[in-house]
Amino acid sequence: MSVDQKTVKRVARLARLKVTAADVPRLAGELNAILGFIEQLNEVDVANVEPMTSVVTMKMKMRKDEVTDGHYSQKIVANAPAQDDDFFMVPKVVE
Amino acid sequence: MTNLTALTIAAARDGLRSKKFSALELTDAYLAAMEKARVLNAYIVETPEKARDMAKTSDARLAAGQGGALEGIPLGIKDLFATEGVHTQACSHVLDGFKPRYESTVTSNLWRDGAVMLGKLNMDEFAMGSSNETSYYGNVINPWKRTNSNAALVPGGSSGGSAAAVAAHICAAATATDTGGSIRQPAAFTGTVGIKPTYGRCSRWGIVAFASSLDQAGPIARDVRDAAIMLKSMASVDQRDTTSVDLPVPNYEAAIGRPIKGLRVGIPKEYRVDGMPTEIDALWSKGAEWLKAQGAEIVEISLPHTKYALPAYYIVAPAEASSNLARYDGVRYGLRVPGDDIVDMYENSRAAGFGREVQRRILIGTYVLSAGYYDAYYVRAQKVRTLIKNDFDKAWEKVDVVLTPATPSPAFAPGEITDPVQMYLNDIFTVTVNMAGLPGISVPAGLSADGLPLGLQLIGKPFGEETLFQAAAAIETAAGGYTAPQWW
Repeated sequence: MSVDQKTVKRVARLARLKVTAADVPRLAGELNAILGFIEQLNEVDVANVEPMTSVVTMKMKMRKDEVTDGHYSQKIVANAPAQDDDFFMVPKVVE
Repeated sequence: MTNLTALTIAAARDGLRSKKFSALELTDAYLAAMEKARVLNAYIVETPEKARDMAKTSDARLAAGQGGALEGIPLGIKDLFATEGVHTQACSHVLDGFKPRYESTVTSNLWRDGAVMLGKLNMDEFAMGSSNETSYYGNVINPWKRTNSNAALVPGGSSGGSAAAVAAHICAAATATDTGGSIRQPAAFTGTVGIKPTYGRCSRWGIVAFASSLDQAGPIARDVRDAAIMLKSMASVDQRDTTSVDLPVPNYEAAIGRPIKGLRVGIPKEYRVDGMPTEIDALWSKGAEWLKAQGAEIVEISLPHTKYALPAYYIVAPAEASSNLARYDGVRYGLRVPGDDIVDMYENSRAAGFGREVQRRILIGTYVLSAGYYDAYYVRAQKVRTLIKNDFDKAWEKVDVVLTPATPSPAFAPGEITDPVQMYLNDIFTVTVNMAGLPGISVPAGLSADGLPLGLQLIGKPFGEETLFQAAAAIETAAGGYTAPQWW
């Protein structure tokens, strides 16, 4: 599979990364080089192989569904570039 | 007084307990050494006031006959670990100004045991790199140089600041993290010891996430004993990380010096890769001979899927990274670059905030996870991962530990490797270990023809860290230690 410049733009949009027109050919080349390297996985017979979901066999831990933490909204918004009254501030999204 | 920064953790611990010097004197010695070594760019933030306050607290505890396992020991902390109120940016521009209001579990454990924080250490941006050249804060310089050369070399990555700081004696030891080799490769490049424990041994809570199914914290230290002392304090089960494992943490230090008679050491033939420098091959054979001379049994083994580990990694790691890094959108923390609307603001902030290598991996990750490709890439890679793990499971029927080179070469020069895939090949010997979730340790074993440190890697069974410390100590005993000549 080869990535064309249109695909680079589409993927960049999905990833919310602004790319300049000048960057697109370079990125397409780099992505194709990496995808070419990855391609060798097609040699591997993976029929009847389960995908790995956990590196260590263990049962997912469960805990009581109860509030154990919280009530510090000021700490949570403290690092925001824009905040007001314990809310994150963003550009207007609804007209 | 003796040169306090020359002491290992074990030696400093004894000196503090017997009141030969105070924790404050020890910390001040390190703060002075850090100032002199700024040319290495290992620290991106120094925290002298905090360090001196912590050292004074340690002195009070020591005077009262109390004190934890690391009481008064000055450490450097990789910038990936959240430290309350202190710069934590994963060496990225996108996290500009971020000062967490919480402390990572690993660093909390270290402070609980009395350690002192000297500052935050440089690293590749978001731990993506093998040379510490992707940091927003500039390259780290390896304290080691080639014989008769003044040229700067990279310290490896991503924990390049940690490795350089330990090698330069500007911290007693450092925290680090390893997703594909980021502890073991820089340890090998700097003549230090680095261990990536079994996945789940250390809590990942409060560590900036890169690839969640591969990331593990571990120490970089000057010798095997110090690495064992560090890991004992860092490891814990944690309610805040469901993947942390509920197993008691052994006294790793006790494993050092245990005889290795009868230990079965596997030599995987697939690690003899094309174009491997003869000095790496020779080092590997020498390591096996050292272990054999101490009574270990050397066994040829096969790990047939080894060559697929790296390509599978370059699907799994970017895929998970693209998801983990989605949170950096200019809203909750860090850099915000205004735009015409909210999406434009996201795109501008991310484009300005992430460096080239990080953007490349986000794009690859987004591509392999995008509609129609998930099965062909991510699921296939996860199946290959199962095969890699099965290879090791079979090996463990015959051997207790596996011996390999740590890296395919010694440290190289900044700018020497510009092709991304070529750079990825640095992790060829280390990445399988992350894919299988196993523990791996890198231990210095010799010098290259031009005088640079080279490391050997030992791979263990799940939670077989004690065996790794035992075998690594046996190599260390035979090889001796390596200290970078001070030029700064």
